[in-house]
Amino acid sequence: MSGLNKVVTSYADALAGLEDGMTVIAGGFGLCGIPENLIKEIKHKGTKNLTVVSNNCGTTEYGLGILLLDKQIKKMIASYVGENANFEAQMMSGELEVELTPQGTLAEKMRAAGAGIPAFYTATGYGTDVAIGKEVKEFNGRHYILEKSITGDFAIVKAWKADTFGNLVFRKTARNFNPLAATAGKITVVEVEEIVEPGQLDPDEIHTPGIYVDRLIQGSFEKRIEQLTTRPSSK
Amino acid sequence: MALSREQLAQRVAQELKDGYYVNLGIGIPTLVANYIPEGIEVMLQSENGLLGMGPFPTMEEVDADLINAGKQTVTMARGAALFDSAESFAMIRGGHVDLTVLGAFEVDTQGNIASYMIPGKLIKGMGGAMDLVAGADNIIVTMTHASKHGESKLLTECTLPLTGKGCIKKVLTDLAFIEIKEGKFHLLERAPGVSIEEIIKLTAGELVVPEHVPEMMFNE
Repeated sequence: MSGLNKVVTSYADALAGLEDGMTVIAGGFGLCGIPENLIKEIKHKGTKNLTVVSNNCGTTEYGLGILLLDKQIKKMIASYVGENANFEAQMMSGELEVELTPQGTLAEKMRAAGAGIPAFYTATGYGTDVAIGKEVKEFNGRHYILEKSITGDFAIVKAWKADTFGNLVFRKTARNFNPLAATAGKITVVEVEEIVEPGQLDPDEIHTPGIYVDRLIQGSFEKRIEQLTTRPSSK
Repeated sequence: MALSREQLAQRVAQELKDGYYVNLGIGIPTLVANYIPEGIEVMLQSENGLLGMGPFPTMEEVDADLINAGKQTVTMARGAALFDSAESFAMIRGGHVDLTVLGAFEVDTQGNIASYMIPGKLIKGMGGAMDLVAGADNIIVTMTHASKHGESKLLTECTLPLTGKGCIKKVLTDLAFIEIKEGKFHLLERAPGVSIEEIIKLTAGELVVPEHVPEMMFNE
């Protein structure tokens, strides 16, 4: 790494400085657009007592779910945790603390953190358990609750392409939480399928400017599909 | 006869209007996409970041980077747009979606909805449902009228943790189409061959029954 070049060549370097007890924000929706190799590296490092912020916690065998196997996660902030038997078991037994957060609120918590906004009001969750302990304010006759933004010690992100300056392009619905996570990390680490030279990406088509990115690594991806659903070819 | 899942989807599809942007929840709501009336154009929003969801892909078209909110592989319709999750929920929270269809465990006469957890039994999480019910004005809840054991899911007060407060105005069950207003359920339509008595018996919250309750109409 020198100048604006963010490229690192090993996953160990990509996650250097990640310590027990830190907060990690991860992009991805289900298993789509997850930083799968960075997650594997966290498992390999054996970092413990993590607070993980992500829409989901992977499946029993893949994605963030693999960090549950060795109980590396202390607290999970997520919107949807179905499809993971270990998750439910550890949550029920009290080993895993869980803060269920509405999906739009979760995205906005990341976006706000990255944009320097410490908290925001939303109608989402008013009058539900999500609102417990939160300030309520009325605007134009409607009730809103105050939600705080979330900053990660690390953000781990998956993009499709990048240039060496860390300008990012995402692909299809693998974008999801990734651009938001990228803005919300004190250290943002991105893994991509392809790295090109600066100037090779059309500036009009960059989704996340490199200013948000600290480290960049090229990986190869399995891209598991959770629900393979097809229609017949001839019709 | 109680409506099948397909008939529930067909009845919801009758509420679609030309030019609508629609968010369909997981389960029965997803089936609505199969019954979009001919001659109207609608765009389906998938909250993971797609406006313009197309049919399921053929085996050759499958793309791991293109899924819907139920994590199923999908395709994009002509004129589709892709975006991140914050943008997606700006559309939803900002009231830009014309119709939202989602499932529930319970609804009550105050327009409250419970759909995301059963304490001690089932914890799934709310996903985007809390944002959807808070942001949309036009919501249809689809669910079975009663549990397998005959316990009503249309209550005076929800017993499960709420997904949203005072936000539901229309409920389509396998037995009836119901409107919620002024703290009461109002029976609008009944499933073909289902008696008003049966609906009354399986509705725990106060139900207003007008003199004439038409049967739902289906083409075919």
